Amino acid sequence: MSNLLVLAGVNTHIGHYHILQGVDFVVPRGGLTVLLGRNGAGKTTCLRTIMGLWKASAGRIEFDGSDIARSSTPAVAQLGIGYVPESMGIFAGLAVRENLALAARSGPVDAQRLEWIFGLFPALKKFWNLPAGHLSGGQKQMLAIARAMIEPRKLLLIDEPTKGLAPAIIAHMVEAFRELKRTDTTILLVEQNFHFARVLGDTVAVMDSGRIVHSGGMSELADDEAQQQKLLGLSMDMHQ
Amino acid sequence: MSQTKDALLVPDLDRIPLALIPAIALLALPLIPSLPTWVTLTIAGLAMGMMIFIMASGLTLVFGLMDVMNFAHGAFITIGAFVATSVLIPLAGWTQADSLWMNLAAMLPAILAAMAVAGALGLVFERVIIMPVYGQHLKQILITMGGLIVAEQSIHVIWGPDIISLPKPATLRGSFILGEIAIEKYRVVAVIVGLAVFAAMLLLLNRTRIGLLIRAGVEDSEMVESLGYRIRRVFVGVFVAGSALAGLGGVMWALYQETVSSAMGMQVMILIFIVIIIGGLGSVGGCFIGALLVGLVANYVGFLAPKIALGSNILLMVLILLWRPQGLYPVAKR
Amino acid sequence: MLRFLSGDYPRSRVLGVVLVLILAGLALAPFVFPGTRSLNVAAKICVFILLVASYDLLLGYTGIVSFAHTMFFGLGAYGIGIAATRLGPTWSSLVAGSLAALAFSALLSLVIGLLSLRVKTIFFAMITLAVASFFAILASQLSWLTGGEDGLTYKLPELLLPGTKLLEAPLFGVEINGRVVSYYIVFFGAACLFLALLRVVNSPFGRVLQAIRENDFRAEAIGYRSVAYRSAANCLSALAATAAGILYALWLRYVGPDTTLSLDIMIDILLMVVIGGMGTMYGAVIGATLFVIAQNYLQDLMKLASDAAAGMPLLPNLVHPDRWLLWLGILFVLSVYHFPAGIVGRLRGKK
Repeated sequence: MSNLLVLAGVNTHIGHYHILQGVDFVVPRGGLTVLLGRNGAGKTTCLRTIMGLWKASAGRIEFDGSDIARSSTPAVAQLGIGYVPESMGIFAGLAVRENLALAARSGPVDAQRLEWIFGLFPALKKFWNLPAGHLSGGQKQMLAIARAMIEPRKLLLIDEPTKGLAPAIIAHMVEAFRELKRTDTTILLVEQNFHFARVLGDTVAVMDSGRIVHSGGMSELADDEAQQQKLLGLSMDMHQ
Repeated sequence: MSQTKDALLVPDLDRIPLALIPAIALLALPLIPSLPTWVTLTIAGLAMGMMIFIMASGLTLVFGLMDVMNFAHGAFITIGAFVATSVLIPLAGWTQADSLWMNLAAMLPAILAAMAVAGALGLVFERVIIMPVYGQHLKQILITMGGLIVAEQSIHVIWGPDIISLPKPATLRGSFILGEIAIEKYRVVAVIVGLAVFAAMLLLLNRTRIGLLIRAGVEDSEMVESLGYRIRRVFVGVFVAGSALAGLGGVMWALYQETVSSAMGMQVMILIFIVIIIGGLGSVGGCFIGALLVGLVANYVGFLAPKIALGSNILLMVLILLWRPQGLYPVAKR
Repeated sequence: MLRFLSGDYPRSRVLGVVLVLILAGLALAPFVFPGTRSLNVAAKICVFILLVASYDLLLGYTGIVSFAHTMFFGLGAYGIGIAATRLGPTWSSLVAGSLAALAFSALLSLVIGLLSLRVKTIFFAMITLAVASFFAILASQLSWLTGGEDGLTYKLPELLLPGTKLLEAPLFGVEINGRVVSYYIVFFGAACLFLALLRVVNSPFGRVLQAIRENDFRAEAIGYRSVAYRSAANCLSALAATAAGILYALWLRYVGPDTTLSLDIMIDILLMVVIGGMGTMYGAVIGATLFVIAQNYLQDLMKLASDAAAGMPLLPNLVHPDRWLLWLGILFVLSVYHFPAGIVGRLRGKK
């Protein structure tokens, strides 16, 4: 099957609020799909629903052929989905080493893999035994991504990794993501930084008011400024 | 490696709360007329603190991990004490014998029984009473209070309403005499047991995978689930362990006071709440320090101005909250 | 009638009938239930209806869990007690004591209210527990002022004394003396204040409170400053509780830590408000009546059962009169699960 993740008619209610109002899109296997949209469009809710943190009230979510809409969060994670939330989810009181150890569910951390990660994020080696709470914002983000990479995962759900980061660090991130793309992992990336998204994305889906209003190839959208204006309210170049 | 240990035990910029303990002890020194008295009071304070720590540690960890405040925790303390009584009284021949081995041979089954019953009750309590109201704080408070009432009354039903006296085992009575200083044997035992429990908890939390899960879960249980762990299963285990520890604390407290009454759990609950608020809800290290502080203050003030003894601990709590509104070691919560 | 009940009807025929019966019973208590014990029960019911209703305002309508409510109750009672003892049993000293108690309560409730906004629910509940204990300790330690553990026994103005006869001949077979006057002060005081509370919860203010209870965020977003509303609710609730304490002290002519400040009373209030029905006001009436009657008469019933079951294992202990609280506790737990709106909710057909 060429689509790793399929969402069909997904609705999510949170209390009285109807956030996702029939989401339909697919994430093709391999490569990086970007989920774009304004604030409040429902992007984070989408990821959380896939992850089972919020239960979909209707619709189908298929991962690698099996329906995971009713699965519990641990079950979803065990199927090979990694999640990097907007808040990063770093355990501040635990050491960097322990954060990674926890993420390596199936046993001790693979040394080779760890070397690769150190290569991408040298800061993690420096702070190896120190509490993760001592890391800077950018370093925490790197740890969050490193945690998602510590073991091979089929799909990574990443929520706004560049939020609040300095441009230099974002450049570093781009490198890390490029490395990540070279592995067997499919990535679903939620972003508001269109520049970042354009550089890395292969396919794109745009969300508005709880629905997908556009999906297709990234290069097509990147070339079509009019579409961008319409969908995002800002042109690509302005939206750094 | 030592840096790691420090980082995990105590956030490394934060030694100040640790310093409070010797600070208070030294503060009391000039106020107390004689050195031997000061030593006696300090040991008494440490012993009392250790026992409170044993009783309180489960509660704070359960709250940190599960976001559940079990107001019925006091019932587990009381039940532990009563169960131990039921075991020890028939074994009076062994406890009153002048041999340490016979005393221990009687105490061990009493302690194990108390912990087992308290733990089993904890299991039932968690599954039946608490699980249906995860996340609903209002209902949780109401229902655990209700559980407390029912538990306390049930104790009356089973053991009767009277106060039962429970003498200490023969070899643990009396004191060690060092020159002019008298140190109660039982208090030393309490300190040893308390330190052992603390060390065991630290080992579990810092050196095992389960401990890692618990520490991470206290910070952000949602993220732990997103990493693929069924942390709900750990909840029950922690609750049961906390209840068993409460039972152990109850036994030790009962032997310390040499009386067992159905209100004893409730009486010590106020102190326990003060301790875990001071320590920071969810922090075992904070609980330890808080318990020692409370024990010391209770004993020093109890000697100097008995009327305001309990009030002084509440004042201590207020002072610490003014300094650190979340307690000594706040646990980062989502 | 609409304005009288502030538009808050019982909304259930059974409930309406029960409420009318309770009202009639309490209004005519000196005549229908003569005798010291029964009049005592009636007065206690009046006081606790007001006390529990004030707690319902806090818990049921504003969603705040506080264990410090007995503090305000005690303040009112001690206000009267201290005034009557230190300033003499005159009307002016009673008024002074009452005003002082009310003022103090208002202040204290504002402080506590502000605290409640800065900390989370459970933390707040624990702190109120500690504060209430502190207060109880204070009351029992400051014996020079409060009479310590033994409390204060005091005289009241002549009109309220049992010895004072108002009418020469008995009315409907009952002697009209100071006791009856005291009773009607308690009854009318409680009734008026209860109706006032009913007014408050059915006013726009009350509706905002409920909105805040449901969803703090949203209420703020719409423009209501929840700080102000919650503080006001705290204050009103405390004042009503203080008033209940004042009435209680007038009736008992005694005040002590165990009659007003003990944790047991706090737990009793919780039981009454939950079993009766949170957030309904009428639940306070039902809960308080049920509880106080059970407290006084159920025990007799249970004694019969206990004697009958003598000789069997465990059973006599289970139905022993002192264990009436066990059954109420079980009822309480069941209520929280299955009837969140208590008896009133059940009667109204809600879940």
